[in-house]
Parts: sequence; C-alpha cells; structure tokens
Amino acid sequence: MNNNEPTHIQSYSRLFMVLLGLFLLTGLTIGVSYIHMGKLNVWIALIIASTKATLVLLYFMHLKYEDQLIRFSFISTVLFLVIMISFIFFDISFR
Amino acid sequence: MMKAAQDHKGKTIGMWLFLYSEIILFGGLFVLYAAYFNRYSSDFISGGHELNRIIGSINTLILLTSSFTVAASLTAVRRNSNRTAGLLLGFSMVCGLVFLVNKYFEWSHKFHAGIYPNSEQLVNGPPGVNIFFGMYYMITGLHGLHVIIGSLLLGFSLQKLVKRKITAESHAFLENSALYWHLVDLIWIFVFPLFYLVL
Repeated sequence: MNNNEPTHIQSYSRLFMVLLGLFLLTGLTIGVSYIHMGKLNVWIALIIASTKATLVLLYFMHLKYEDQLIRFSFISTVLFLVIMISFIFFDISFR
Repeated sequence: MMKAAQDHKGKTIGMWLFLYSEIILFGGLFVLYAAYFNRYSSDFISGGHELNRIIGSINTLILLTSSFTVAASLTAVRRNSNRTAGLLLGFSMVCGLVFLVNKYFEWSHKFHAGIYPNSEQLVNGPPGVNIFFGMYYMITGLHGLHVIIGSLLLGFSLQKLVKRKITAESHAFLENSALYWHLVDLIWIFVFPLFYLVL
C-alpha cells in the first residue's frame, strides 16, 4: 500500500473558474436579499451559501479527488449536523 | 529514495478529523442562532440592518480570493514553482490581515455606537436585539480568532517553503494549513448571509 501516492493536481484555470463562480453566487445572494419575500429569503440565502460551500469543499479542499474514507466521514459529519438541527426544530416548533 | 517514512494520507485524515470538530463547534452556534431567530425574528432583522453590508461584502470577496490563492499556491508547489507559491501565500496572508483590519473598524464603530456585550443600550433594549449582537460578537469573534490562527499557519508554511522544507514531494504541512484556511472561508460563507443579509 502506498500512502504517498500523488493525488490529482488542480489547474490554475479550474481554480480560477471556481473563484468566479463563488463571486457570482456572492453577487446573487446580495442581490436577492434586496427582494423581500419573508422567510423565503432565509431559505434562498442558505441554498446559495450551501452551493458556495460545496464548490469550496469539492475544488479548493479537493474533496472531489479524495478517497471514500474522507468522503464518507465528511458526509457523516454533515448528517450529524442535520440530525442535530432537525431534532431541535422538532422541539421548538411544536412547543 | 527511502529518506524518512512519510504518511501523507494519515496526515490528511488527521486534519479532516480536526476539521469535523470545528464544523460541529460552529454548527452548534448556528443551531443556537437558528433557534433564537425562530423566536425573535423581527429583532434579528432590525439587528441585521445595523451591520454594514458593504464591509461584510468586501470581507467576503477578500476571503474567497485568499482561498483561491492558497489553493493555487498548492498547485504551484506541486509544479515546482516555489517562487509563485511563495508570492501566492504572502498575498493570502495580506488578505487575512486586511480582513482583520476591516473587522477592527467594524467592531470599533459598533462599540462607539454603544453596541457591545453588556452595554446599557443592549441590556435595556429588546431582548432579541441583545441576543442577536451577543451571537454576532461570539461567532465573528471566534471566526476572527480562526483567521488569526490561519494566517499564522500560512506564515509558517511560507517559512518552510523558503527553507525548502515544503517541496513538490513533501507538502503535507502546506496542504493542511490550506485546508484550515478554506474552513475559515467556509464558515464565513454562512456567517455573511445570516448576519449581514437577514431580510
């Protein structure tokens, strides 16, 4: 087993495209915040933020090129957060 | 070629495990934010209007750009262009510094306006606004601490790069510092809309 196998090297242009995407999404989230839609604004902001986070994770943090162990453990962490948030909201929404 | 045993994958896994604990740490604070937002929606909205959107947006662009330059510096190291990597790392550190300077002006402006933890204005005002700014100082403060630590890690990486301790073959330290820096960026991606752009 080789633990030092070189992983994928990302090109500058790919990284730059990701940065452009992140800038565009930032502009989008600022723009949308001026349109008042009540609680829907919060959801849209969270969806855009999650999309940006996914871009950072996949390309900047090269999660896309990591092996199964790191991918699954990361997804488990996010699942744990989802469980924590949803159980707390089951509680506070029905008081 | 057998100089010293290196376990690059082990170092990467170790760093990710640490990052999971960071995600849960900030995740807990965001859960608290969500629960209070649910209860004091209108106070949170009026609190959010007090924050400076322009500084918030500039800081977002600064962190995103620095995340890109850190990722690019890793590519540069692996392609043996150490000079480019050094410049990119230096630039990223400057970005971290500018972020902190902006944060300093933002906070001191709030302090002058009487908005700081346990200030008379907040204590005697609506409870939701007090909680909003409590969370604001807690989360942006903890995030700021991460920016300081992240910048230091980038500085150590730069030092190691200059001393040729980070090379195309052995760059785990730079890679893990970069992961930490990206996490700082990741947290800010959620802080920005939740505090600066709430409705």
